Amino acid sequence: MSAIYTRRHIKNIAAKVLATAAIIIGLVFLVWILWITLVNGISAFNWRLFTKITAYGPDGGLSNAIVGSLIMDLIAIAICAPIGVLAGTYLAECASSSKFGATVRFLNDILLSAPSIVLGLFVYVIVVIPSTSLSGGAVSFSGFAGSVALALIGLPVIVRTTDEMMQLVPTTLREAALSLGIPQWKMTLQVLMRAAMSGIITGILLALARLAGETAPLLFTAFGNNYMSVHPLDKMASLPVAIYQYTNDPNPTLHAIAWAGALLITLFVLALSLLTRLLFSRKKVSYD
Amino acid sequence: MFKSMKSRIAVAAAASMICMTAGATDITGAGSSFVYPVISKWSAKFAEKTGNHVNYQSIGSGGGIAQIKAGTVDFGASDKPLDEATLDKFGLGQFPDVIGGIVPAFNVPGIDAGKLVLDGKTLSDIFMGKVTMWNAAEIAKLNPGMKLPAQKITVVHRSDGSGTTYNFTHYLSQVSPTWKSKVGEGTAVNWPAGIGGKGNEGVSAYVKQIKGSIGYVEYAYALQNHIGYAIMKNAAGKVVKPETKTFQAAAATADWKHAKNFKLLITNAPGANAWPITATSWVIMYKQPKNVEHTKVTMDFFKWAYEHGQDDARSLDYVPLPASLVKQIETYWKTEYKM
Amino acid sequence: MQANRPETAARDIEHRSRKDARHDRIFRGILRFCALLVLAALLGAALSTLWGGREVLFKDGFHFLTSDAWNPVTDNYGALAPIYGTLVTSIIAIVLAVPVSFGIALFLTELAPGWLRGPVATAIELLAAIPSIIYGMWGLFIFVPFMADHVEPHLADTLGKIPFIGAVFDGPPLGLGILTAGIVLAVMILPFISSVMREVFQTVPSRLKESAYALGSTTWEVVWDIVLPYTRSAVIGGIFLGLGRALGETMAVTFVLGNSYNITASLLMPGTSISSSIANEFNEAVGLHRSALIALGFLLFVVTFIVLLIARLMLRQLAKREGK
Repeated sequence: MSAIYTRRHIKNIAAKVLATAAIIIGLVFLVWILWITLVNGISAFNWRLFTKITAYGPDGGLSNAIVGSLIMDLIAIAICAPIGVLAGTYLAECASSSKFGATVRFLNDILLSAPSIVLGLFVYVIVVIPSTSLSGGAVSFSGFAGSVALALIGLPVIVRTTDEMMQLVPTTLREAALSLGIPQWKMTLQVLMRAAMSGIITGILLALARLAGETAPLLFTAFGNNYMSVHPLDKMASLPVAIYQYTNDPNPTLHAIAWAGALLITLFVLALSLLTRLLFSRKKVSYD
Repeated sequence: MFKSMKSRIAVAAAASMICMTAGATDITGAGSSFVYPVISKWSAKFAEKTGNHVNYQSIGSGGGIAQIKAGTVDFGASDKPLDEATLDKFGLGQFPDVIGGIVPAFNVPGIDAGKLVLDGKTLSDIFMGKVTMWNAAEIAKLNPGMKLPAQKITVVHRSDGSGTTYNFTHYLSQVSPTWKSKVGEGTAVNWPAGIGGKGNEGVSAYVKQIKGSIGYVEYAYALQNHIGYAIMKNAAGKVVKPETKTFQAAAATADWKHAKNFKLLITNAPGANAWPITATSWVIMYKQPKNVEHTKVTMDFFKWAYEHGQDDARSLDYVPLPASLVKQIETYWKTEYKM
Repeated sequence: MQANRPETAARDIEHRSRKDARHDRIFRGILRFCALLVLAALLGAALSTLWGGREVLFKDGFHFLTSDAWNPVTDNYGALAPIYGTLVTSIIAIVLAVPVSFGIALFLTELAPGWLRGPVATAIELLAAIPSIIYGMWGLFIFVPFMADHVEPHLADTLGKIPFIGAVFDGPPLGLGILTAGIVLAVMILPFISSVMREVFQTVPSRLKESAYALGSTTWEVVWDIVLPYTRSAVIGGIFLGLGRALGETMAVTFVLGNSYNITASLLMPGTSISSSIANEFNEAVGLHRSALIALGFLLFVVTFIVLLIARLMLRQLAKREGK
């Protein structure tokens, strides 16, 4: 009897120790990666990053890449936020239990995990090639094409969060509004959206955090630019692509600049994800 | 969605063309990473001088050819010349921009740059995966008295399509029949051994990081990044160092006068002082460009580079084109390009 | 609004409700259109890769899947090496990440004191927020040398000497390679799997757990015999979600995998994966080569689709049991 008890006890202790070890492994990697980025990034930090362009290589900075990333990220959000919010609203309000709704929801989840490089290929086919032939080569790779690719990354995040957030709004609120004779569109826009606003904004910020760090879909859409370009139809530089190129280079000065860029992106993305947690800490939403 | 997007782009494109002609001209080039260091240096200076931006992205020679054919860039740069049929089919023209050397780069602790001697046969056996140890008899025979470590050789090659690979495999095919029949030559080949790095940059980075590795990179990459490089026994049987002088010696044996569309490879050149893996890089452009303005600026750029960029080229260990060749290129522009 | 006479009022109301109904229809139409855009984006992406890869997919068909050649000189392409690399790295990632994720979920739901749960869970989920290019840089500059100097020589000296298994851990300690890529992937998918596990563990009714505790069960027994069987399908679903992530990851893998088309048994040797092949070669590829790369993209889509479908079905089973 006591032998069994001891065995069970030992097993239990072992499980607890291993579980604690697991959490330590997870935290070690987090701290390791963040620490390396922080140390290397700070030691390479320099105001030149913001004032000089990448054309000067080791003597240059990242200003055009930073500007390019900001422009493309904003355009991407401007494209995917309205579509995503409306599509999410549709799923929650008009198709919460229909077969069509279930299909869209499933396909949205697929899009959420779709390899981003394949989405980049898709945008190359539907935006870059047509715009090249339509404009006679004047517009080929462009910041706009990059934005469309990024929008495809952000879209499913917004759809999913909006869907889940709208479903959290109590039914009584809908019934109260409808019983006052308000049409559905007004009820949705003015009552439900207001109630779910913080959740929807969370979704948009999460989408921004996700697409800001994407490299793969930009490789054959935005192309890259060594000079400052602010026109969305020009080839445009971006921070992740600049980091990718500099990392592939053996020159240690370029590595240092890449680390500084990596620190910028990481800080931006982590700040966004922490902000979303503050904004919406009441109910956790899964965004796997 | 498709249609609306198309029309939106068309409208925006029309709008942007108006904007673009107003200010300085931005031209885009893509291709060979072999010439990236020198073109980017020229580009920064040219921008200060004229205000025109040459945005050159190093995506590999294969990519340069693909993108110029697709019309997504103004010029492509390739270390592999196109043949006449392809040039005619697409209405493209090509001319050289710079000459440089490819060196076998290695990372073996204890052996300094410019000390290790290799010949074509041994180099091809290493890249075939036949010679696998640094202290193998083949290497020891070429380096009598050198202390070679018993370390495994890790081959590093290009993972992308590349003119550097084309010149390198062309050379290996010239010196080794086995290589010619088993692997062949091309901008990308089916490598019998090793790991792949993207661009000259990627290969140099891997060589620098992996002990016991050997790769092939453009000379400037090895020099700037302090990577060990081998010296080679050339076709004349003489051991030569990679330097401007030996690249020039290889270029001097080239008969450009009779090379149609400048299609001429100068690897394994016969000269006594010739570096065996010397390569030329070409610029490829449409003869009847859709955007005449951009093509003109591109020509201005290279004209400026031939005249004023020689010191920059030399400082990066490229060989500027000889004056006679520049004259030949300018004639080519006048006769072949309809603008 | 002067509705003195009843007919006017009635007409007014009727007019308004008709207007409202029309607006509602338009509104629903707009919403539906946006939902259809999501659908179109996914189908478009899948079909455009099918179309772009048609030359290879329909010409070579099955041969494309089984051939290990990748020879741009002779224009002969087979998907076996990239598929092999993708699968092996993903499997390593799953094998490493699942037990660790389980431990994390166990710790966060059963062991940690209340005040610790929130911050630690947030920290683990921050791992998911780090952009993959950062994983790539860390992998290449820090983790690859670490593996080459401290891990792989020992692996080759110990496990590599054992007959049969030895071949798996044989080879020069490059640092780069399939094993390293698998480990980096494992860290990347850790937060996804552990957060699903944690969430579904929380759905287990407390009275079930409490009954077990009341009968004298240890924490381990409650988790292993009560929580896990109750949530089994959802846990498997979470694992498949992580697998879906690992299969499609590009940038981090490209940096540490080594980009070689040779299929070797050794995990210490370099390999290639579908997504890193595309990232490396797409801009340079022309003709059949480009078609082969797009066809690889299509394969990746199909595989991810199947994996995620399984994940969803598994997760839905749990939702059904909860009566949702």
